[in-house]
Amino acid sequence: MTAGTLTPLPSADLPPPAAPKARGLGERLSPYAYIAPFFVIFGVFGLFPFAFTFYVALFDWNPIGDQVFIGVDNFTRMFGDPRFWNATGNTLSIWALSTIPQLLLALVLAHVLNHARLRFALFFRMSVLVPYVTSVAATAIVFAQLFDRDYGLLNWLLGLVGVEPVDFVQSTWGSHVLIATMVTWRWFGYTTLLYLASLQSVPRSVFEAAAIDGAGPWQRFRHITVPSLRPVIIFTVVTSTIGGLQIFTEPLLIASGAPLTCGAVRQCQTLTLFLYEQGFGQFEFGYGSAIGVALFVMVVAIAAINYLLSTRIKADR
Amino acid sequence: MTSTPPRHRPIDRVRWWTYLLLGAATVVCLFPLYWMFIVATTDTATATKMPPEVVPGGNFFHLLGLVLETVPFVQSLVNSLAVATAIGVGQALLCALAGFAFAKLRFPGRNTLFLIVVLTMTVPTQLSVIPQYLIMSELGWVDTLQALIVPGLASAFGIFWMRQHISATISDELMQAATIDGASAWQVFWRIAFPIVRPAAFVLGLFGFVTAWNDFLWPFIVLKSPERYTAQIAIKALQNSYDVDLGLAMSGSFLATIPLVFLFVLVGRRMVAGILDGAFKG
Repeated sequence: MTAGTLTPLPSADLPPPAAPKARGLGERLSPYAYIAPFFVIFGVFGLFPFAFTFYVALFDWNPIGDQVFIGVDNFTRMFGDPRFWNATGNTLSIWALSTIPQLLLALVLAHVLNHARLRFALFFRMSVLVPYVTSVAATAIVFAQLFDRDYGLLNWLLGLVGVEPVDFVQSTWGSHVLIATMVTWRWFGYTTLLYLASLQSVPRSVFEAAAIDGAGPWQRFRHITVPSLRPVIIFTVVTSTIGGLQIFTEPLLIASGAPLTCGAVRQCQTLTLFLYEQGFGQFEFGYGSAIGVALFVMVVAIAAINYLLSTRIKADR
Repeated sequence: MTSTPPRHRPIDRVRWWTYLLLGAATVVCLFPLYWMFIVATTDTATATKMPPEVVPGGNFFHLLGLVLETVPFVQSLVNSLAVATAIGVGQALLCALAGFAFAKLRFPGRNTLFLIVVLTMTVPTQLSVIPQYLIMSELGWVDTLQALIVPGLASAFGIFWMRQHISATISDELMQAATIDGASAWQVFWRIAFPIVRPAAFVLGLFGFVTAWNDFLWPFIVLKSPERYTAQIAIKALQNSYDVDLGLAMSGSFLATIPLVFLFVLVGRRMVAGILDGAFKG
């Protein structure tokens, strides 16, 4: 949470001067009743399963058979499992291929959408949010078709300029590019609007003063837009990391022949898909949970690295 | 541009490439939906013909018939609508209520409890799908819609956001006036606070609705029988059944997307405003 990016709101810490006299027991307890649903639901379906993951990971846990305590054997097995490292590599590759272009594109679009005299501004803003309301499943079906080796529009266009058809799904880099394209398509508009929201809190006079002092569009982008967006950029890097490590639906749907492995040689199997395959394909709940723990460690590690890098960049200025 | 005051001139001119860039972004955003419609209305032979058809074909009802034959798709749309509506409305009400308590009521432990709410946002709960499944199994909720609805009702972010809005819009004088008039906390919430923050709660519910409608992993794990499928899982089932027929999964995707596109045309403006308002800035 980067409080600095929030719209300034009056402090909630002012004491509410509600008259304390004549408040019955029910009235004094009612605030707890109003917040209880969240704590009950989150406790039962969020926090408890999260903690329980660490416990299940220590067992050979078959949902219809026995649960045998095996200590850290699942983790030892995982570290020696080439399928785990393959899925880790795929996940990181897809994450990098989708996050970097998405954030750069959003930066540029937010900068131009922030123009005071832009016509059709609402139309453009709404258009870039359309992919966000399109489901991941529908996105995966359409993009898999557009990128199809034999019948896809993209390969037909490539063919017009003399490029041999590319088999996106069956090749490692091709499938990563395909999945990263879907992720980028779905999220760049949303990220653009987040950046635009932050940019709108920069007084227009700052841009005007810079322009009067002779700063061109590129200089204004480089020295005003980017620095003022730093908190929200950090926020979106962290959220897209957490989202990127959990990519599941796209790889499941593009390789319809071998969905759980995303292709014959696991060329695009992500960690979350590997977790699903082990947990619900092989019914190895213990091993699947160990993969969940590994994912959690990665989310925390990458978020921490991002945070450190971002603050370092800030300190260097 | 001569009519513009000189001090505005250097920055107010929108260059042609700005429109070119935004036009290209718009085409990129809308084309896949248009293509979905083209393929969903043509047979496989036409959809795979190159150069491609650019106008919709007349095959939509034939494909629609096939879709309905393969999975109970109408039922899936009804399930999706029920789940997404329950989550959207439930989130809006529960978050407004909790946000009201945190913003305007005084009680021991308030600040600590609110800090806990904020901290829960950092727990990546999607990674614990296996224990979540075990819990649903214990509750006997596997293959039911409440397995999707109940966990979706809690939103730490929603509480955080509603608290901000209520702090900003409900003055303490108003609270005081109402309390002196003898109104209970519930009456103040329901008669005064909620009507004022209803637009904010609506936007929150809208995002809850869209997220629930498009959710895939958890419904895919917990739903077993075709009559319980949500629209997203039905798309997957269509792909399994006829994975050679492009048009079928595409028709399903199209049917599952139309309601949201329709909703977006009606209220997308408010979703955009919600994000620009700082709603989802985190």
